[in-house]
Amino acid sequence: MTDNVANGPMLAADGTSLKSSLNRALRRQKLRALMLIAPLLIFVLLTFVAPIVDMLFRSVENQIVSDTLPRTVASLKDWDEEGDTLPPPETYKALYEDIFVAKERKLHTRLGSRLNYELTGMSSLFRKTGRRVEDMGEVYQDQFEDLNPFWKDAENWNPVMGAPAWVTAQNAWTKASGRPQPAFVPNPAIADILPQTAAKFALFADFVQNEDNDNLSKTDPWAVVYSALYDDLSTGADISGYTGPGAQELQEAAAVVASFETVDFSAAMTKVDKDWSSLDVWQTLKVYSPDFTSGYFLNSIDMQKSVDGPEMRPENQQFYIRLFVRTLIMSLVITGSCILLGYPVGFILANLPSKTANLLMILVLLPFWTSLLVRTSAWKVMLQQQGVVNDTLVWLGLVADDSRLALINNSTGTVIAMTHILLPFMILPLYSVMKTIPVSYVRAAKSLGATNWTAFWRVYFPQSVPGIGAGSILVFILSIGYYITPEIVGGTSGSFISNQIAYHISSSLNWGLAAALGAILLVVVMGLYWAYDRIVGIDNVKLGG
Amino acid sequence: MSALTPISRTPVSFYVPVVALAGGVAGLFVGTAWNATLIGIVAGAILMAAIAFVMTQVIKLERPSRWGLTALLAVAGFMAAGIPAAVIGGAFGWLFGWFSFWLYEGRYRERIAPYLTPGQVLWHFSFRVICGAVLVFLITPILVVMPLSFNAENFFTFTPEMLRFDPAGYSLKHYRDFFNNPDWQQAVANSVKIAPAATLLSVGFGTLAAIGLSQPHVPFRRAIMAILISPMIVPLIISAAGMYFFYSRIGLQGTYIGVVLAHAALGIPFVIITVTATLVGFDNSLTRAAANMGAGPVTTFFRVQMPLILPGVISGGLFAFITSFDEVVVVLFVGSAGQKTLPWQMFTGLREQISPTILAVATILVGVSICLLTVVELLRRRSERLRGMSPA
Repeated sequence: MTDNVANGPMLAADGTSLKSSLNRALRRQKLRALMLIAPLLIFVLLTFVAPIVDMLFRSVENQIVSDTLPRTVASLKDWDEEGDTLPPPETYKALYEDIFVAKERKLHTRLGSRLNYELTGMSSLFRKTGRRVEDMGEVYQDQFEDLNPFWKDAENWNPVMGAPAWVTAQNAWTKASGRPQPAFVPNPAIADILPQTAAKFALFADFVQNEDNDNLSKTDPWAVVYSALYDDLSTGADISGYTGPGAQELQEAAAVVASFETVDFSAAMTKVDKDWSSLDVWQTLKVYSPDFTSGYFLNSIDMQKSVDGPEMRPENQQFYIRLFVRTLIMSLVITGSCILLGYPVGFILANLPSKTANLLMILVLLPFWTSLLVRTSAWKVMLQQQGVVNDTLVWLGLVADDSRLALINNSTGTVIAMTHILLPFMILPLYSVMKTIPVSYVRAAKSLGATNWTAFWRVYFPQSVPGIGAGSILVFILSIGYYITPEIVGGTSGSFISNQIAYHISSSLNWGLAAALGAILLVVVMGLYWAYDRIVGIDNVKLGG
Repeated sequence: MSALTPISRTPVSFYVPVVALAGGVAGLFVGTAWNATLIGIVAGAILMAAIAFVMTQVIKLERPSRWGLTALLAVAGFMAAGIPAAVIGGAFGWLFGWFSFWLYEGRYRERIAPYLTPGQVLWHFSFRVICGAVLVFLITPILVVMPLSFNAENFFTFTPEMLRFDPAGYSLKHYRDFFNNPDWQQAVANSVKIAPAATLLSVGFGTLAAIGLSQPHVPFRRAIMAILISPMIVPLIISAAGMYFFYSRIGLQGTYIGVVLAHAALGIPFVIITVTATLVGFDNSLTRAAANMGAGPVTTFFRVQMPLILPGVISGGLFAFITSFDEVVVVLFVGSAGQKTLPWQMFTGLREQISPTILAVATILVGVSICLLTVVELLRRRSERLRGMSPA
């Protein structure tokens, strides 16, 4: 519309220019449409998209190592994993402290099974170390306690380590009161003089009060606290200025601490399990210490992280690539057999008079509407060794009774059952495309002298290709992620990548690997989905004719 | 398309060999069953050729000879191997009687174009046989389950008693087990509690969104559509895994609400697809007319738009319902034992303790899906009629 220059811009009824008024109307229309969509969009984003994004994060998440072994990870930072020396003694000491705390929190076995995915033996290593770690630090504890029984009891430790006001409150607290314990407040004077001891004691206090829910005034400190005290005193903490509770005992200890028997943590650890002197174990720890890791993804394509970067796993441990390839090949076979079986049926449905076609359509739609589990169980029943198919074949004499066909618990079973289950998804798009192909084209081709085959291949078939494309992508997408049917009729040789994902979620509990496998599968499916949207258009998905 | 081509009787030299060929194929099966393949083929061919000749050239009366052949073969089958063979024999007899006269009278050409060569006619019928075989493949598993569910034994296959049509071979015990077993009843109750709630959620949100998506100007329409349809496309195991991790974090894992939310998300694409399909033919001037006559947006929606798109909404709802009712992967992960649904119970039944009760449940579910299919088909036709897209 051109504006009339002589009379100024065209005006709407309310006096504003028509253009802006139309724009406003359009904006309002868009807004209204969005308002209608918004509730559902938010719902889907929250209940569906967020979980999937969360799963994708899980496939790279690796905080468990640095959360459980914070000191070890920090101390490993300076260690050169590519050299051939073991980490320095400080690292072993850090490891001792970390495992001690983790043991109290019962987290060390979890970390062990996490690292076991990367290096077999880690799980038992951590479990074993966890059992023995208590004894290791008791060397210092015993010496302090032998020196002065003062160090034995919580009642004596608390006034030393905690602020006086807190000690009073804590001593007044009883479990029966039902109130939470007064939170531990460190004694500022001690925190300055004995920093390591204060840190360990704070850790201990936090654990007792908040995780174990024990009365702190009645719980004796961990052995770690004693070794920290030894460290503080032996490195020359200046306690001469300290006058608070326990000052006398501290001075007494400081005087003799130099003559204490010491613990060589690296030797102690190695004594628990000689794996702690193995370079492999430390390299694995170092490689998996960052908060995020590509390890799960590497695992899911049969690779592993090593100090020299990613490398292939040994031939006999390779599994996932083969599984992916098998899933792809079987999905292709299923798609192929769906095309083969679906094309003639789509053709005949599209070309029969509509009354007959509607009747036959029921035969396609009934399986489509029937519960997936009903169809799967039907196939399980039919394909068994003693099932209907084998019985019929034996009765017909096509198969000897003692050599019944193995149709189930292998890939044959999966292909047969899934072709049946997905066939309607092929027939319906084919039918709706073929329905639109005019009969006159083929007739014209024939009247121009084409043979039947030429008329079909050069005229009819090219027009039906969109239907094949739509059906194939749909069937392929659905089959590549199938879980139920392969699980029930597939056995081990007919299982898909989905079955492995389910196994890692519910049985092996290797969630990171499950998430990584899922992420790879998701990328493949999303690629196909994009192609489908491009070729067919998401709006054109047809359900039930 | 009736009586396209004038028909005439065919010569003996045509139909007798064709019937003989068919007889030979039938004889092949009977022969192998008796361990005498070659004799079976020859005997079948000669017998059927002779019968066809006698029926058409000696008796010449169609009806009596067809019924006679049916009865004859039924009796012969009964003598040979009891009731099942009698049924098969009777069916064979009927088929061959019909086949002989169909060929003899030339009826097979009645409905196809007159210019087709014999080769093309042969292909025409072979093609139909192929399609028939595929349709049989589609429907057989569903049909096989039904009689097996009445098995008196705990077998998954037809017992000799069943094949003899001995009433002792049949019983309702698996149905009784289904109705009396608390596990199954609990599963049914859970399914019935979860599916409607999920359906309600997806239909409510989905219909609104579908109406929004059908407006002429929607920004990012393609992207929004892709997100909303994605629950149908993303492999269920991935959705299940994601929801399991995420819902455990926010405390919805193992709760009724968690399962309902998950199922609602899965049902949404179906509602969107069916309702937008209905809205494609919707005439927007109707809402404008209503507004013109003073109806508010709410009145317009409920009195004008809703009745017209109702068939689509209902069939979308049925799709969402069946999605939830039939769903097992997500509930397996998101639910806990307290939310064990019917498919879950079937799944464990199939994986662990195989019991034929599953077949009874399957038969009942097939009945349910037949009802749903009928409703959806009726609605679809009604909707097309309402929108004038196809003649009544």
